[in-house]
Amino acid sequence: MATKLTARRHRRISPTSESRPVQWLLIGISLIFMGVILVLPLYAVFHEAFSKGIDIFLAALSEKDAQAAIRLTLLVAAIAVPLNVIFGLAASWAIAKFEFKGKAFLITLIDLPFSVSPVISGLVYVLLFGAGSFLGPWLKSYGIEVLFALPGIVLATIFVTFPFVARELIPLMQDQGTGDEEAALSLGANGWQTFFRVTLPNIKWGLLYGVLLCNARAMGEFGAVAVVSGKIRGQTTTMPLQVEMLYNEYNATAAFALASLLALLALVTLVLKSVLEWRFGEEIAAGTHE
Amino acid sequence: MSTAVSTARRQGWSFRRPSVIPGFGLTLGFTLTYFSLIILIPLLALAIRSAGLGPEGFWKAATDPRVLGSLRVSFVTALIAAGVNVVFGTLIAWVLVRYRFPGRRIFDAIIDLPFALPTAVAGIALTAIYAPNGTVGWLFAPLGWRIAYTPAGIVIAMIFIGLPFVVRTIQPILEEVSHEIEEASATLGANRFQTITKVILPSLTPAILTGFALAFARGVGEYGSIIFIAGNIPFVSEIAPLLIYIRLQEFNYVGATVIATVMLLLSFALLFAINLIQAWSRRRYGYGN
Repeated sequence: MATKLTARRHRRISPTSESRPVQWLLIGISLIFMGVILVLPLYAVFHEAFSKGIDIFLAALSEKDAQAAIRLTLLVAAIAVPLNVIFGLAASWAIAKFEFKGKAFLITLIDLPFSVSPVISGLVYVLLFGAGSFLGPWLKSYGIEVLFALPGIVLATIFVTFPFVARELIPLMQDQGTGDEEAALSLGANGWQTFFRVTLPNIKWGLLYGVLLCNARAMGEFGAVAVVSGKIRGQTTTMPLQVEMLYNEYNATAAFALASLLALLALVTLVLKSVLEWRFGEEIAAGTHE
Repeated sequence: MSTAVSTARRQGWSFRRPSVIPGFGLTLGFTLTYFSLIILIPLLALAIRSAGLGPEGFWKAATDPRVLGSLRVSFVTALIAAGVNVVFGTLIAWVLVRYRFPGRRIFDAIIDLPFALPTAVAGIALTAIYAPNGTVGWLFAPLGWRIAYTPAGIVIAMIFIGLPFVVRTIQPILEEVSHEIEEASATLGANRFQTITKVILPSLTPAILTGFALAFARGVGEYGSIIFIAGNIPFVSEIAPLLIYIRLQEFNYVGATVIATVMLLLSFALLFAINLIQAWSRRRYGYGN
């Protein structure tokens, strides 16, 4: 009712919008909520990291175990992300360029890891390779450690980041259809040439978008990795695990210093992602592509 | 697979439509192999371990009081958080789509922060803010309200990680709601409040329900951002994923497996419900998300 009265006083307000004061009230509530829930935690990370000065901050980052954690995180992402990129390209090629039975079901299956709790994603590998399993002792007899070692951490990371690239590319490639590829093939290109010279340039921004999200999650994954890593200091602790360890040892400043690097990664990811959306929006999202 | 395909061909049923594009066997073969190795076989290992317990053993482990307590904490807090997120997420989606104000694009980008920020980082940051001496916790401390180290802290962490699911589900649908419908409603004499509640909100209902289900599912499974702020007291603020972790630390694989199976069954049921909502939405409104 109040809306109607105000609307009558301000003649220019369209009947399909709200009056200016109502708009500002709703905007205000939204921004305060986002400020408290989203912005404040981000601010807190940097505030705590620098609370004891830049020297302590730098000392925390140059510490030996912190360096090892940073190296391990980069290594894990460098293995897991490319594998998921290859998978994403293969899956989207099969799904978008061909019509076959059970396709919708396959798309649902690809999203499956999103509905599995991270802790469970780690647990399944413990069951597969841990004590009492069939595979673990067998691999161990060949000197291959999976759990509490790099392979387990990589596997758990691949599990949780599995859908990112594929779910970005599938709708994009479905939307682009097969016309360009058919033209290339009819002009004498072979399959690989068609893929590298026609398909890949068409999907490059969408692919980059998927890689960004996949990488952010791969470097930041905590629950799944916590279960399989064994948390051996300096050896199997990734950056998020090192953050937890430092925090639990009441070394909050060092924990926040390392956390600030991860928060920086998140910020860079968000900025790049937004730039991609603004500049190449129609080449990333399906539906608006010509 | 190949034998299944060739038998099917002979019977006149074809597994796939013929195409001039090469690489079907290679890409689908790789996709299925990779999916089986990374996702399917590990999940089957979990299912087999669970099945090995027998119905009685499974029931006994699943109805352990501490297990039931942790499931109750997880589900109740996730329900509350998803409810809060539906209210504020719908409002934020509305404000971002309909209104123009300075900084709109930045706030639109920040919505995705919980997707990008590692959960452990979010966890320690939220704890620092909501602890009794933190920026927000300090405001509530004189009133005797504690947020960190209580179930309220769990709800806060779940609101943080669930918010983008609600906003990002509603936003595209809201952008598609046509102005003509609102104009028709206004010319037929409805006031703005009636137009919003009787015309716009009903067409958003499937998106709101989907967003709710996604935020709820994410909240139930969440671990990293919660364990720092929760306090982790059994029966009060111990979440189910944490109990899985604790059981594993005790080498109690059976206990961990049973909780995981119960959680997986519930989240698959939820996933199924989301698919039903979307199928219903496509029939009713001509679009899904």
